Amino acid sequence: MRVVADIIKGAYSLIVGMGVTIRAFFSPVVTCQYPRETVNISPRFRSHTKLVGDPENPDRTKCIVCGMCERNCPSHSIKKVEGEKKEGEKKKTATSYILDFTTCSQCGICVESCPVDALEFSDDYNPVGLKREDFHYDLVKEYEKRKKAV
Amino acid sequence: MCDTIINIVNIVGKEVVRTVIGLVGVFIVVLGNAIMLTWTERKVAGHIQRRIGPKEVGPFGLLQSFADSVKLLGKELLTPANVEKPLYFLAPTLIFVPVLVTFVVIPFDGFLQVKDINTGILVILAFSSLTVLSILIGGWGSDNKYSLIGAVRSVAQNIAYEIPLLLALLPVILMANSFSLRDIAEAQRGAWFVVYQPIAFLIFFVASVAETNRTPFDLPEAESELVAGFHTEYSGMRFSLFFLAEYTNMFIVSAIAVTFFLGGYQGPILPGVVWFFIKTYLLVFVLLWFRWTFPRVRFDQLLNFSWKILIPVSFLNLLVTGGILKL
Repeated sequence: MRVVADIIKGAYSLIVGMGVTIRAFFSPVVTCQYPRETVNISPRFRSHTKLVGDPENPDRTKCIVCGMCERNCPSHSIKKVEGEKKEGEKKKTATSYILDFTTCSQCGICVESCPVDALEFSDDYNPVGLKREDFHYDLVKEYEKRKKAV
Repeated sequence: MCDTIINIVNIVGKEVVRTVIGLVGVFIVVLGNAIMLTWTERKVAGHIQRRIGPKEVGPFGLLQSFADSVKLLGKELLTPANVEKPLYFLAPTLIFVPVLVTFVVIPFDGFLQVKDINTGILVILAFSSLTVLSILIGGWGSDNKYSLIGAVRSVAQNIAYEIPLLLALLPVILMANSFSLRDIAEAQRGAWFVVYQPIAFLIFFVASVAETNRTPFDLPEAESELVAGFHTEYSGMRFSLFFLAEYTNMFIVSAIAVTFFLGGYQGPILPGVVWFFIKTYLLVFVLLWFRWTFPRVRFDQLLNFSWKILIPVSFLNLLVTGGILKL
């Protein structure tokens, strides 16, 4: 009697299993066909930093060249934060901001220490380069390139 | 042109020409079926795992199998040292003989059959035993522990499952009163035999999954324990012959199940051959579905299931059917 019960129980479990797979068969796929499409990047994602444009004057960034980020960077990845004072403006305008992404650990201290919130993380998740110098970004030039693209 | 053809037919005889044309057709069906099934298997696997499966080569990845076969054709035929050369070379060829022979007697339609032999099912069962022989030869000749274990398992499994296979077919043969596959298909004009013989159908289907070495009974080629089982040492075209034979065997067991239990080519409106292929591929889909649902059984479970459950039940079924027919 126990054998018969076992057989019936086993057969029932097989049918349940087949139900699970056939439901999966007719459900939509969950994979992302990567080179053709990409998933949305999480807002918390950290790539290299980028300079934020000044909403009042799109020609310049928010950066006032105070040098806080350069001084606070634990890996000394930020170099040559330089700028000049343009005529008729109260604040300095950044002309150079070199970020050495090879030593940057995306800790975010520069973003936090910036008094004018001029820095934020970009979502550039697949930077490529053939030599080390390709990852020494000039964030001012990068900002201008972005501005032109818009 | 026409005269020459008629002359040739007169010289060699109509029967020979008919057989040759039939064999060419069988080759086309075998290759087309294997190419379609490899693609279908990967698609089914993909969708059951909620992926897409092959999609890059051709529309919906349909040309994927062609790309794979070109790759296999282009590969070097490696022969490992220390193999038993005659056996090693013979096995992939031998596995293809039963595949071609069994196709000869399968009725695709009332008129579409290469040759109607009045012991058709015996031919199929006798030749399908050759598959085991070639697996044994290949495993023995490879001089590899995994191949040998795979081959030994395959023999034990096939001996165990050939008995319920035959015992499940016998009640149908009793009811149709013939060994010829066409007669059996014709006998189901009123109702399919699966209505009278549901247990026999179930037993046959389970045993045929074991016969084709498919999951959950794929112990001869269990990849997690035996690398690839009996075809571990085979590469290139020799490997793809084993592969081709596996997919063709799936088609054959489904075709036999359709002919014996699901009315063969019988069906309304559509021509018989279309019905035959629809039913057969539905069963093949169930085989693929099995593979991506069930885990592999243990070896003692496999043999116990056959000797302790399938064989007694199919014997009982045969006795009851015989008794009822006698009354």
